Amino acid sequence: MTGFAEQVAQFMGPFVGRVPHNKRLGLRFIASGDKWVELQLPYAPHLLVDPDHGIWASGPIITLMDTCVGMASMLARGAFEPHATLDLRTDYVRSPKPQATVTARGECYRMTRQIAFVRGLAHDGDPADPIAHVAGTFMFSASKLAGGTK
Amino acid sequence: MTNPALATLLQQPHGRLDMLPYAALLDLSFEKVGGELQLVMPFDETLIGSPGRLHGGAISGLLELAGLLTVIAAQPAGETLPRVRPVTVTVDFMREGACVETRAAASITKLGRRVVNVHAQAWQGSRDKPTAAAHINFVLDWPEQAAPRP
Repeated sequence: MTGFAEQVAQFMGPFVGRVPHNKRLGLRFIASGDKWVELQLPYAPHLLVDPDHGIWASGPIITLMDTCVGMASMLARGAFEPHATLDLRTDYVRSPKPQATVTARGECYRMTRQIAFVRGLAHDGDPADPIAHVAGTFMFSASKLAGGTK
Repeated sequence: MTNPALATLLQQPHGRLDMLPYAALLDLSFEKVGGELQLVMPFDETLIGSPGRLHGGAISGLLELAGLLTVIAAQPAGETLPRVRPVTVTVDFMREGACVETRAAASITKLGRRVVNVHAQAWQGSRDKPTAAAHINFVLDWPEQAAPRP
């Protein structure tokens, strides 16, 4: 891992769970590499939209994925720079198993001067059988270049 | 979501959405404004995603619930309610979410029996300056067609 990636894994990773909204949901950092991040959101009753049928709300999954791919884009950037989500699409492939812990894995597959292109998936135990896929973009101010040049 | 109590609640001019645990977490209430169903998310410290800004995931959650409740309110009265689940959610973030009250409302582009296409918008203060917008495709599972999820 690069020095920046190690710094993120050591300091920023654990900090993710202390961001107020992440903390409220129960989101936690698992691991990260040069351009990818893994986070987890364990089941909690307050994450449901339909308690009668144990159905998760979509918001907590989007919060998990947005945080995950946002962090991945910062890793790919190679620097702590202000960035904002431009858009994020989530495809719900299937529902999580009841009371499952949802794991998110996100990566930045392309970095340009201003835009980070990201993708990720969420699963409840088996990454080969995901519950959701995401694709999105993040906008950086063009102050610094760490990735591509286009 | 098949809860008839929710459909009954949405016939009121205003109310709290505590019967949905995730909506309770976001402290959501609703108001009918000129016949339109608006969701209200008061500012709270636990919604913060980065210093001075709301988490995009919380705003996405608000947008999804505005869409979901608008779809439930649009179902014919007296009929058995379908379970409404989002299949694809695409969120565009236009402005930073400031630490103030956020509102959201949704309009139905096409109300089908199996698929409902929805556009939802969130704003703070001025309606014509949206904070974020979502395009959501919901699938309706009618009880008589209920089949095991793939």
